[in-house]
Amino acid sequence: MNTQILAVAVAFWLVAWLVNTWLVGLRPTNGFVAKTINLMIPLLFGVALLVLWEGVIKGFDVSKVLMPAPSMVWARITSSVDILWADFYQTYMKAVLAGYAMGCGSGFIAAVIVDRVPFLRKGLLPIGNLVAALPVVGIAPIMIMWFGFDWQSKAAVVVVMTFFPMLVNTVAGLTASGNMERDLMRTYASNYWQTLVKLRIPAAMPFIFNALKINSTLALIGAIVAEFFGTPIVGMGFRISTEVGRMNIDMVWAEIFVAALAGSLSYGLLALLERAVTFWHPSYR
Amino acid sequence: MLERRGFSALLYDRIVPIGVVVAVIVVLWYGFAVLLNAQFERDQAARAKTEITTSQLIERTLSQDRPLLPAPHQVVSEIWDTTVMKKITSKRSLVYHGWITLSSTLLGFLMGTVLGISLAVAIVHSKVLDRSLMPWIIVSQTVPILAIAPVIIVVLNAIGISGLFPKALISTYLSFFPVAVGMVKGLRSPDVMHLDLMRTYNSSAAQVFWKLRWPASVPFLFTSMKVAVAISLVGAIVGEMPTGAVAGLGARLLSGSYYGQTIQIWSALFSAAVLAAVLVMLVDLVSRIVLRRMGMAQ
Repeated sequence: MNTQILAVAVAFWLVAWLVNTWLVGLRPTNGFVAKTINLMIPLLFGVALLVLWEGVIKGFDVSKVLMPAPSMVWARITSSVDILWADFYQTYMKAVLAGYAMGCGSGFIAAVIVDRVPFLRKGLLPIGNLVAALPVVGIAPIMIMWFGFDWQSKAAVVVVMTFFPMLVNTVAGLTASGNMERDLMRTYASNYWQTLVKLRIPAAMPFIFNALKINSTLALIGAIVAEFFGTPIVGMGFRISTEVGRMNIDMVWAEIFVAALAGSLSYGLLALLERAVTFWHPSYR
Repeated sequence: MLERRGFSALLYDRIVPIGVVVAVIVVLWYGFAVLLNAQFERDQAARAKTEITTSQLIERTLSQDRPLLPAPHQVVSEIWDTTVMKKITSKRSLVYHGWITLSSTLLGFLMGTVLGISLAVAIVHSKVLDRSLMPWIIVSQTVPILAIAPVIIVVLNAIGISGLFPKALISTYLSFFPVAVGMVKGLRSPDVMHLDLMRTYNSSAAQVFWKLRWPASVPFLFTSMKVAVAISLVGAIVGEMPTGAVAGLGARLLSGSYYGQTIQIWSALFSAAVLAAVLVMLVDLVSRIVLRRMGMAQ
């Protein structure tokens, strides 16, 4: 046991905590400084967490089979960029993106149809709500049986996983425009499609983006878990399940890091897009 | 449109539309079962050098041993066979596997709810935690947590912790998030007037918490618990996969996919669906009762 490293890590954690306490107490008048501080606080917290992790692993001499230190994971990431990129390409660029686009697109179209036909709204929506709460990843073995081992079956799982959240949210969003606004559109003599495109879909955008954000995480989970059931010898889920078997836990964490990065980046991208599209929404003004 | 009330409302707004949609799904399902399984039967007939009539073809496609898509009645009879007809302790009983999944779901859900509430309480009461921890809680959910499931299970197995707890841990990881976010919102939901009123009563932080913040957050708690319970079931099912498919609904799915037992996959899937629906409904029921007793029901 190496008490020195442990002590340094804990001390770093405490100092970071104190600095954060001090930062929170500041009342900057300058907008830019305030923004920087807002970013600094979580960043410092994350760094302190990493240092503590490293310290605990090194300090207690935890076996690298159980839990690798962040520095080891980083070394593994930099030394096997090509494998990570191939896996990322197979899982994310092929399966996730295709499935995400098809699932969200068809969910949106279905929602417009459901909204048009009240009978379907009464009949299909409760079922959609139910399915949205179900363990949909379970269909992965069936999809692999139908669509083969390659990325098509993973995309199919992603389609089914993302369809229902999109459907439910968009239907809720299409009712979000107020009566006054709809009456206004009527006085303009606009028909159903004009009202839909110019009023109701823009008004539904916050709901649609909510579904898009939920789905961005779900899609990645769906594709990775589906690869546990069978896949060609490339892919993030494949790598995770085989490297766990070979006790190369640092490689697993490297894949997890890539997945986390991809998930966070797509989430952030969607958040930026949402800001651009729903600039009129009260929460951004 | 005219307003319907009471039973006729239930009939026309609920039972008839949902029934029709379900019926359409079942009919489509039969159609696809015939369509997808037909190729296999045609091949069989060609190999045996016999001709089969259409009615024979349809009949056989709906009663294959390992169909590409089992017909609904096959799934139903498989579920009936493996729940009612088998002893509960038997390893072939779905009740046995369902119970294993359910117990880790419930344990994980409980731990996740407690963790979520404690995090929310800490975040609401500490400005530092709010600014430093909250962004990371949100980032933690953009990580596909389920991908870590095999790691957690294998690692915990290596240090001698196995069985229920590792699976429950995955459910905890998934379910704490909606509870934490919902409770932070809920604990902040009392408006400034009420908080000011508590101040004029000279009440302490603990009193404000127990008499104002906590009661105000209960509706938020139940809403997020509904999400959390469904998501912990998913966590438990995925958690059962990498351990070598020993027991539980996830193990049934995996072993079914290894041996091409499609009917077994579908019956496991259906029982998982029923389990999820029952769990969500139970939480909903409890929330209705509690909210009514608290005088908050609409």
